Amino acid sequence: MRELAELEARLERTGYITEQGLVLALALAGELSRPLLVEGEAGAGKTAIAKAFADAYQRPLIRLQCYEGLDVNSAVYEWDYQRQLIAIKLHEGRRGDQELEHQIFSEEYLLKRPLLQAISMAEPPVLLIDEIDRAGDEFEAYLLEVLSDYQISIPELGTIRARSAPFVLLTSNATRELSDALRRRCLYYYLPFPSFEKELRIVNARLPGISRRLAGELVSFVQALRGFELRKKPGVAETLDWAAALVGLRITGLDQERERLAQSLICLLKTREDQLAVNPEMVGRLLAQSLLGADGTRD
Amino acid sequence: MKDGREVAANGFEITARFIEFARFARANGLRMGIAEDLDAARVAVSRGVASREALYWALRSLFCRTREDWERFPALFDAFWKCKEPHTTTVIVEGSSARGGGTHERPAGAVSWDEDRSLAGAHGRDGRRSGASSRRGLARQDFRELVKVDQMRPLTALVERLATRMRKRIMRRLKAAPKGRLNFRATIRNSLPYGGLPLKLALRRRVKRPPKLLLLLDVSGSMSLYSMLFLRFARVIARVFSEVEVFVFHTQLVRTTEALRERNAERMKERIELISLGWAGGTRIGHSLRQLNDRFGRHVVARRPIVVIISDGLDTGPAADLALELNRLKRRAGRLVWLNPLFGRPGYEPTAAGMAAALPYLDAFLPAHDLASLEALEPYLAGL
Repeated sequence: MRELAELEARLERTGYITEQGLVLALALAGELSRPLLVEGEAGAGKTAIAKAFADAYQRPLIRLQCYEGLDVNSAVYEWDYQRQLIAIKLHEGRRGDQELEHQIFSEEYLLKRPLLQAISMAEPPVLLIDEIDRAGDEFEAYLLEVLSDYQISIPELGTIRARSAPFVLLTSNATRELSDALRRRCLYYYLPFPSFEKELRIVNARLPGISRRLAGELVSFVQALRGFELRKKPGVAETLDWAAALVGLRITGLDQERERLAQSLICLLKTREDQLAVNPEMVGRLLAQSLLGADGTRD
Repeated sequence: MKDGREVAANGFEITARFIEFARFARANGLRMGIAEDLDAARVAVSRGVASREALYWALRSLFCRTREDWERFPALFDAFWKCKEPHTTTVIVEGSSARGGGTHERPAGAVSWDEDRSLAGAHGRDGRRSGASSRRGLARQDFRELVKVDQMRPLTALVERLATRMRKRIMRRLKAAPKGRLNFRATIRNSLPYGGLPLKLALRRRVKRPPKLLLLLDVSGSMSLYSMLFLRFARVIARVFSEVEVFVFHTQLVRTTEALRERNAERMKERIELISLGWAGGTRIGHSLRQLNDRFGRHVVARRPIVVIISDGLDTGPAADLALELNRLKRRAGRLVWLNPLFGRPGYEPTAAGMAAALPYLDAFLPAHDLASLEALEPYLAGL
């Protein structure tokens, strides 16, 4: 249990406020050396986990951002063809064929992409595979192979074994169902939007200068806003942006400068529909509510 | 970990208890394998039993695979660990009700090991029983008889052919890439016949994935003649394409993608029957589409799928609602196609209020009353 407390403290020192379940999931993933799959609303802080974890243990963070059409060549390795061609031309007739072949298919001419990089480091890094749901099924299958054996085979060079097992974190926004095989391989955590208390702590941790009153009120406002049907619900990053904006505008409470306040909502509402949907009347109601709400929690 | 001796003494019993829980969870539909059993046991022995809270979170991460699992887990956990004092070890009890909520623990030792087991069994059975009882209100039609087998076979074959053809065409189009980035790997391969000179360049373009398909089936009373037929249609499509989502709706919207993937035909039938509760009721198309947009919009209707609505358009809700929701859906959809079984009948005009309101938003409005009309649909799906 002591190690859990330590893990939590370390994460918080980097400014990432966790919850007990997540700390345990991280600890378990390390102990069982299995990847951890984190799902949750966009903006709930999934990607930030990896950054905080890497920071907390001073481990390098390797990030693989998935996208449609991501293939092995941009995720694992690629030969540096230009340099290989030049090398062939330069050494033409001067060296033996065998020697040349050996040279151009050596690690020197290998471009390491994130996956290969992650398993060939001496010190185990944190490998973040972000938005795995965007990559295709084929890549997912390949990833499974890498994650189960921690080895990658390159036909021209042979099999490269992991020098250290990276700590693997996968995130998904559920735009596509992940395969059962991948899910089975991973531990799972569902990260919802933070509760009022947690979000308040996050704001206070990230913006130490903010007044207690403003922090309480704005978090309460954002929390209420998430209750509406919006096309894009504000995430934690949006909350922090808004908080910074309000501090910058020298607003110390949501009951001041209504007009500017309403304008600053562009930090939270990122589509035209949402901006239209959240009309001044609604803002007024939300503000009144959050002023009350923040009062209630402060006492 | 430091209390090695204690663990050794209790290890076996704790392990047994954990495996029991794993079995219980599996009986209730969590889909983890043997590896999780072993890991659970390892966790139990090495760390997990220090507090109930820790145990709860550890097992939740270990046993859950999807968000649905994640949300069902607390109930399962409580059912197994909370309704009595586990007598096997005292360690687990310490942090008992830290997670809040009413504790309904019975006095220690009141429940024996065997009773535990029967409790787990009862829960498993319970789930099934409630399923059965909720089915009671259903008009018990045998769906297979709605459409005769000899009619079914050519359709199934046709649909399979259609799906395969769609896939082939799309793939063919993706292979020939007239412009794009240089593909070094292929270029070097091409240069072999020219003594290593890269004379023939190979280009690469981003590989497009086949479009996602989203089927919305109307299973209301007025459609009952057709709904089973289209469910079969959907089933074949769902098997051939990995990226298909299927929903059925009458007054409510239900996601049936998983049920249609069910390999066991008997179980699929059971699940669909459950889903079709209220089969013969009215249709609220607008309302059902709103559920789709609100609940699944962001995830399921992502990446501009081809949306195919199969319905007769006889909406009992206000037509304005339908128009509004179709508009919302259209913004996310790559193409919006409406198949109407009534359309093929001679003299049919889309004058029903709902259908008329829907027309402006559709990319295609097509008949679907017989095999021939379904076949005519193919270019619309494949020719994108």
